[in-house]
Amino acid sequence: MALSTSSNFARPDDAFRAIVEAHRGLTEEQSADFDAALVLILANHIGDIGVLREAIGLAKRRMIDGQQQQQQQQ
Amino acid sequence: MAPANTHQAKTQFGYRRHPDQDRPGPSPAEHPVVIVGAGPVGLSLAIDLAQRGQRVVLLDDADRIGEGSRAICFSKRSLEYWDRLGVGDRMVDKGVVWSVGRIFHGEQQLYQFNLLPEDGHKRPAFINLQQYYAEAYLVDRIGDLPGIDLRWRNKVTALEQRNDSALLTIETPEGAYRLQAQYVVACDGARSSLRQMVGAEFAGQVFEDQFLIADVKMTAEFPTERWFWFDPPFHAGRSALLHRQPDDVWRIDLQLNRYADPVVEKKPENVRPRIARMLGHDKFEFEWISLYKFQCRRMDRFIHGRVIFAGDSAHQVSPFGARGANSGLEDAENLSWKIDRVLRGTSPASLLESYHVERSMAADENIRESTRSTDFMAPNSHQEARLRKAVLSLAKETEFGKRMVNGGRLSVPCSYDTPLSSRDTDAWRGGPSPGCSMLDAPVAGQGYLTDAFSKGGTDFTLLSFSNGAVFEAPDGVRDIRIGGEGGLADPSGLVAKRYDAEPGAAYLLRPDGYVAARFRHPTREAIASALSRAAGLN
Repeated sequence: MALSTSSNFARPDDAFRAIVEAHRGLTEEQSADFDAALVLILANHIGDIGVLREAIGLAKRRMIDGQQQQQQQQ
Repeated sequence: MAPANTHQAKTQFGYRRHPDQDRPGPSPAEHPVVIVGAGPVGLSLAIDLAQRGQRVVLLDDADRIGEGSRAICFSKRSLEYWDRLGVGDRMVDKGVVWSVGRIFHGEQQLYQFNLLPEDGHKRPAFINLQQYYAEAYLVDRIGDLPGIDLRWRNKVTALEQRNDSALLTIETPEGAYRLQAQYVVACDGARSSLRQMVGAEFAGQVFEDQFLIADVKMTAEFPTERWFWFDPPFHAGRSALLHRQPDDVWRIDLQLNRYADPVVEKKPENVRPRIARMLGHDKFEFEWISLYKFQCRRMDRFIHGRVIFAGDSAHQVSPFGARGANSGLEDAENLSWKIDRVLRGTSPASLLESYHVERSMAADENIRESTRSTDFMAPNSHQEARLRKAVLSLAKETEFGKRMVNGGRLSVPCSYDTPLSSRDTDAWRGGPSPGCSMLDAPVAGQGYLTDAFSKGGTDFTLLSFSNGAVFEAPDGVRDIRIGGEGGLADPSGLVAKRYDAEPGAAYLLRPDGYVAARFRHPTREAIASALSRAAGLN
């Protein structure tokens, strides 16, 4: 199984909104704690180390791209 | 009342002058194998080699068995090995048998695990036994074996590698002498002086957190289980371990912070209140106190010319997982039969390379597991601590969370991806595949399969499942037949089940109890070919 990056939610805005709302009223620290738990729960649900690694790779790549863009702007 | 005095076990041995020290002329005495270091690994290796008919010189720079309990958890695999060395019963009779562990977070139990949840095994998952008892029993066993020449207060001070041997300079209370050895096995521990003499690096990860180990003597009603706490009420924010040993001695392991002053923390008057907080009383005596920083590291190569490294000299892990002494014993059983064959000339010297391949693979696995456990206990960053906190809180209500909590993953035999294995050509649904350790199971009359395996010394063995036809193992291979006339009965069916075997199937086992090859329908040619591969002959 490969990481799916096509849109899987019938209503993607609902999913985004659900996560945003879960963070409402939390401090930065609490938000970070919440995210850590959520990531672990979802990772276990996926239950496929290959998919998890691909997802980590995608998230990491984004950050590296972001850093490079910043450096270019500087 | 005469309480068992554990100090009695810390035996002292005398230095004795050996004729090798008085050889006239310039040429030193020659020996096939010299083992340096009489700890559990060196002692076991010496016994194994002697049982195979080799003459062994075993050198140790001290004259006594180590202070302190040190290694205490010995695995099923180690006990099975010690059975073959004739000391298994003594270890198990004295040791404390356990298989259950509990993990707590704060005051709450997160989960419990059983390391051997099934019956039909001769040996338990683990025993706890102070290292000095294990060493004392091994030294006693050496007394039965004239092939071993154990020399105390013999310290190797120099090494010279030659083409087909190594020359050792040895310092004794009566001056220095030299020995020439075809092979030297360095079992001289984490601070190995032989490793320095070959100029090898010992690189890896140092953990900054400090751990306080206290062995205390007390009478207590705790069950014989491994208890591990994250953030316990008596030691806030850190981890703690409680584990029983024989003689009413309890191992307590408390994580301290990385800035704690070792000299201050080690003082009994400072340790006492910490332990009293944990136990809720101070009716205990100290057996041993030690403060540690852990390292996970290994040598790049376990073989340097004529010097072979085994145990802590070759690889070092944190203690969470009981992977130190147990992996050293696995080194010994892996190496012994190979050296024996090479010295006899029945296998080429290149067979020894498989020791490096297989055991460095095992070292990597042990380092990986032990590093993960130590990182989980002592997170390296805020985010790591946050993820751990999430796991611990999820563990209260989810099964997956419980399984992610890492309070130490306990030692199991490594599976080798090795050139000595012949790949499966038949379809198997279970059973140990080539490169895996054999499994125990009960057999009628003999007790257990591991008994049958160790009986009469271990060589290559064909474990076959009778289908009525007489199938004989090739020359030099022992037979263990399950079922049929003259075979061992399998009344519980567990041998066939654990080996996924139907009548006619056969497993070729190496002398160390690892599977070399297996066949649904063995032929003499297929077995001979697997045998020659496993013996390093092609």
